[in-house]
Amino acid sequence: MNYLKLIGLGLTILFTALAANWARDPAYQLHAVLVMGVAVFLFWRVLRQTETEAPAPAPMGDYNDGVIRAGVIATAFWGIAGFLVGTYIAFQLAFPALNLDWAQPYANFGRLRPLHTSAVIFAFGGNALIATSFYVVQRTSAARLWGGGAAWFVFWGYQLFIVLAATGYLLGATQSKEYAEPEWYIDIWLTIVWLTYLAVFLGTIFRRRERHIYVANWFYLAFIVTVAMLHVVNNLSIPVSIWGSKSVQVFSGVQDAMTQWWYGHNAVGFFLTAGFLGMMYYFVPKQAGRPIYSYKLSIIHFWALIFLYIWAGPHHLHYTALPDWATTLGMVFSIVLWMPSWGGMINGLMTLQGAWDKLRTDPIMRMFVLALGFYGMSTFEGPMMSIRAVNSLSHYTDWTIGHVHSGALGWNGMITFACLYYMTPRLWGRTEMHSVRAISWHFWLATLGIVLYAASMWVTGIMEGLMWREVDAQGFLVNAFADTVAAKFPMYVVRGLGGVLFLSGALIMVWNMWMTIRSGRPVTTATPARYALAAE
Amino acid sequence: MTERRVDEETGVETTGHVWDGIEELNNPLPRWWLWTLYACIVWAIGYTVLYPAWPMLSGATTGVFGYSTRGAVAAEIAAHDAQNATLTADLVAADLSALTAGDPLHRYGVARGSAVFRANCSQCHGSGAAGAPGYPNLLDDDWLWGGDVAAIAQTVAHGIRNDTDPDARWSQMPAFGDILNPEEIGSVVAHVASLSATDAIPDAAGAVLFSENCAACHGDAGLGNRDMGAPNLADAIWLYGGDTDSLTQTVTQARFGIMPPLGQRLTDADVAAVALYVHGLGGGE
Repeated sequence: MNYLKLIGLGLTILFTALAANWARDPAYQLHAVLVMGVAVFLFWRVLRQTETEAPAPAPMGDYNDGVIRAGVIATAFWGIAGFLVGTYIAFQLAFPALNLDWAQPYANFGRLRPLHTSAVIFAFGGNALIATSFYVVQRTSAARLWGGGAAWFVFWGYQLFIVLAATGYLLGATQSKEYAEPEWYIDIWLTIVWLTYLAVFLGTIFRRRERHIYVANWFYLAFIVTVAMLHVVNNLSIPVSIWGSKSVQVFSGVQDAMTQWWYGHNAVGFFLTAGFLGMMYYFVPKQAGRPIYSYKLSIIHFWALIFLYIWAGPHHLHYTALPDWATTLGMVFSIVLWMPSWGGMINGLMTLQGAWDKLRTDPIMRMFVLALGFYGMSTFEGPMMSIRAVNSLSHYTDWTIGHVHSGALGWNGMITFACLYYMTPRLWGRTEMHSVRAISWHFWLATLGIVLYAASMWVTGIMEGLMWREVDAQGFLVNAFADTVAAKFPMYVVRGLGGVLFLSGALIMVWNMWMTIRSGRPVTTATPARYALAAE
Repeated sequence: MTERRVDEETGVETTGHVWDGIEELNNPLPRWWLWTLYACIVWAIGYTVLYPAWPMLSGATTGVFGYSTRGAVAAEIAAHDAQNATLTADLVAADLSALTAGDPLHRYGVARGSAVFRANCSQCHGSGAAGAPGYPNLLDDDWLWGGDVAAIAQTVAHGIRNDTDPDARWSQMPAFGDILNPEEIGSVVAHVASLSATDAIPDAAGAVLFSENCAACHGDAGLGNRDMGAPNLADAIWLYGGDTDSLTQTVTQARFGIMPPLGQRLTDADVAAVALYVHGLGGGE
């Protein structure tokens, strides 16, 4: 087996060496060198292991938590990176001089913006999803992760994907598809990593020692399967050369736009909604110490959400070349989606029945509740903005940016912070975080930051929409585009300050995690003993 | 696997499932949630009957209202066109130079022109028309190609130095870096700077070089020539900057500002209207 690995790694080193030499663009060249470095390191490691005895088989009686510890740290790291870039580009929009003439083209808003979106969605959110899904699926299945080292392959493979994507953006390698910017070879690599992730997750569910599959795992599974499908279809492209990063999309024109927003909307639906609902269904009842409010609601809203979300994409293309019938369908599916989305919020909030007093004493519980509140708000705002008449005002304005961030900061950010606060002491053998007061500080800083962000974007978005459409009695435009840009300036500064607050809160969290981890040590948790007899 | 039990806090039965200590209550679906979901579904079906929605073998249902987004925009534009039809026709037929401020047709033209300007001209000339380096200020009385309303309309319709309109205004300054040596260019620059700066020291050599090389277009006194779009160099208004570095670059490499022929994109009424608007900004002749 090790010899096969060595041959595979050797071939990889050879190929990447050739690729680095014949590369047609700097992004591809850098990536070839990076991958070659990784392959050389792995080759050396495998070679060393080959000389020693075969390692003992992995223990089956406890959970594989090492990979989750790594995921917790990676989540915090990429979170800070993503928030930092986001805050910086927010100020770039207010003060264009921050694009830095001497750092062109690398520090350009156009290159930093995908760096920010990918860092927060895929690096921060993705690592949070992978880490929590591994945590949850083991504990709710009472079984160790399937596949041995495969979980570690998923973790490191995903980090490699992030690094390749991020450096590619800076060097100008992009497919120019929003949230799907990485070029063809990065897409292929992610596909391999993602299918391994699916195998590890499913394998663990197959070896579960509970009769039923817990609802959190339905959501995680829906997220993994659907994202695999979306990713593959939206990234169908033909490379211009095997030695270069540029590729050409298979779909063109409005078909490409429709595919892109089918992907884009369901990245929101399955990555940022279904996956994070999986988190919610485990960590909220655990933190509250209460049963889930309604089993029936969880079934109905799960299937309704899964069925409806996938059709809602066309609402991103109102008033475009996409035919009216398609946008109408996208819009009505979005409206019907309102209640299925709220089902998750109701089930989360009502789980606190009998534990509401914890809101006074437990800042982690407060974070969960705030996350659910923002989830409910954005899943109401979303269907509303999908209505054609509302969209004619809101589309292309900062209202959309505000909407995305009340979901991303309020829902995804807050629930991830809460989960990190839940997992960190448990994974490092502490009873609670180093400082509970610091969690409170984080909560208030982040909340204030989100309020500044969302409020300023509502104001500037609606103002901008009204200014664009303003005509006089004879039907003539009243404002030039530049007038609307100038009018937005104060709100852009407020938005940037919101980002500073949100980032400060996250830095406090990182300090708190660091202090907790430093004084703790990695612990091994055994699978529940009462299943021992049933174990294979 | 535990048995079903009744939760003490709420008095609701659990489902009997337990995962890592998590139980589930057997609460029914909240009524208001269910009814709101039904209402949304009913509304959705109704909406898809009224508006274009369902794809068929060829085309899609058009909906009871016969609505289309393009149709709605076209109707809105047509309504405005109809409302302004008489004024538009009058504007196209009018002798622009005969229109005076306060005249209803002039007022209409300026209102229409300001909208045309915002959408088509402000990208280069600025939303306040104050220009930018390389893009002339339209508020002052310094005109490269003429500042009466007919000349402005001609410039808007055909543009400057573009190769898409044969009637575009055209001229080309030679790059004197190929003709004069750097020292000579320095003298010319010093002379040109002295034309508008009272405190500058006159450069005799530069004056000679100027009359030999530049005066043919810019005139002996540097007052410019509108037939060739040659700028007045004595008015302290600079299109590309009047400092020594900018002037040296202009003389050495020359400049070649391009303006697109907007007549190919705008209607005759729009061209007339925007000419009236620009003419009325302050510097019109």
